[in-house]
Amino acid sequence: MRVEAACATGSAAIFSAYTAVSSGYVDLALAIGVEKMREVDTSTAIELMGRAGSYLWEFENFGLTFPGYYALYATAYMNRYGATEEDLALVAVKNHRYGAMNPLAQFQKEITVEDVLSSHVIAWPLKLYDCSPITDGSAAVVLASEDKVKELKIDTPVWIGGIASSSGTGTLSYRNDFIGLDAAVKASRIAYKMAGVEVKDVDVAEVHDCFTIAELLAYEDLGFCSRGEGYKMVREGQTEIGGEKPVNIDGGLKAKGHPIGATGVSMIVELTKQLREEVKPRSRQAPMKNYVGLAHNIGGTGHYAFITILKR
Amino acid sequence: MSQLPTIRSRKLEIEYNIPISKTKKFWDGLREGKIYGTRCKKCSKLYFPPVADCGECYSSEMDWVELSGEGELITFTHIVVRPTSFLNEQPYTIAIAELREGVKALAWLTGVKRKDIKIGMKVKLAPKITGDGRVTYEFKPL
Repeated sequence: MRVEAACATGSAAIFSAYTAVSSGYVDLALAIGVEKMREVDTSTAIELMGRAGSYLWEFENFGLTFPGYYALYATAYMNRYGATEEDLALVAVKNHRYGAMNPLAQFQKEITVEDVLSSHVIAWPLKLYDCSPITDGSAAVVLASEDKVKELKIDTPVWIGGIASSSGTGTLSYRNDFIGLDAAVKASRIAYKMAGVEVKDVDVAEVHDCFTIAELLAYEDLGFCSRGEGYKMVREGQTEIGGEKPVNIDGGLKAKGHPIGATGVSMIVELTKQLREEVKPRSRQAPMKNYVGLAHNIGGTGHYAFITILKR
Repeated sequence: MSQLPTIRSRKLEIEYNIPISKTKKFWDGLREGKIYGTRCKKCSKLYFPPVADCGECYSSEMDWVELSGEGELITFTHIVVRPTSFLNEQPYTIAIAELREGVKALAWLTGVKRKDIKIGMKVKLAPKITGDGRVTYEFKPL
């Protein structure tokens, strides 16, 4: 079957595979995410993606783009909490640093805060290096029932402990505020409960950093910190390896790349490697205490949110 | 763009009619210089952009309500990298404001220098007919 949930398509595929296996309908499922985006120029890509938002009221009338959607959140967030463009840049610098250590990343090059600040404006206050790239990519995950795992003698299975989705308004102006994504908050609370874990148990997370502001919103929506404190986590290095909560240590959407429909599946591939402690190079392996990983995959600007919690 | 081998496709141009039967009063209102929202007759929830069905109480009994258009800026962005269908426009500013009536609106903000745009500034949403005859609406500083 084919599923579609904008940038959360990969997670929607995993969600569908999970429900098919957990209901007993099948005992083995393959979730594949694939996207080929680089045959068109940037303005065409922006056109096609922009039309996936609130088409009539935001795209047709006003040409709102996806960088623009998140820029509206960035402006509101910085104004409310005093975060700066430098704070946003720190997210890109961190994710490029890990991208440089990931042989599968689209960008394997470190950047500086100055590189980000001096890159050209896409949708102010977001600049080129605040944005995830246009990417070709694919990823696949096999899901199996407990019986099938035993039968196939899988020695290090990783289990889906919790998985949840929620949705937000299609039209941005119906939302209460622009400092967090309600859909991500709701989905994460359901997923934590289902998995029987708390925020403190999460050893490593993959979050949807389609734009730098989105990673800060994710820290807060997931409860990694209080509302308005996300930029302090990146300032203090709390989301690096060795920090309290390593996030996007495969480079994230920002440096690993963001092949729309493949991203959600790719997050689960990375977390599986992290939980099995088989990441190469070893310097990119997060320390495991509870063997719990969390994937946060957003479609649109919180039009859809999927949270998946893995356990070993 | 991809460095891999490609062949060039035919050129595709799409133009179509957008159905507005349930919001026709809104589009007619713009031509008359008015901004309309809808209010649920049952639970009184006000909507902008207008809707035909209430997402709060699921009633389809809605009243058309004229809005003042006056509001306060909540957030904004300057769109520099534009979609193909907006390449003829200069970079534009998109803003969201909370209107006096308690609903929010999203539109272009014009008539103000970029450096003078501040969150909290007073704006007014007003109908506009563009050079190429499109009926739309925009914020102006108040």
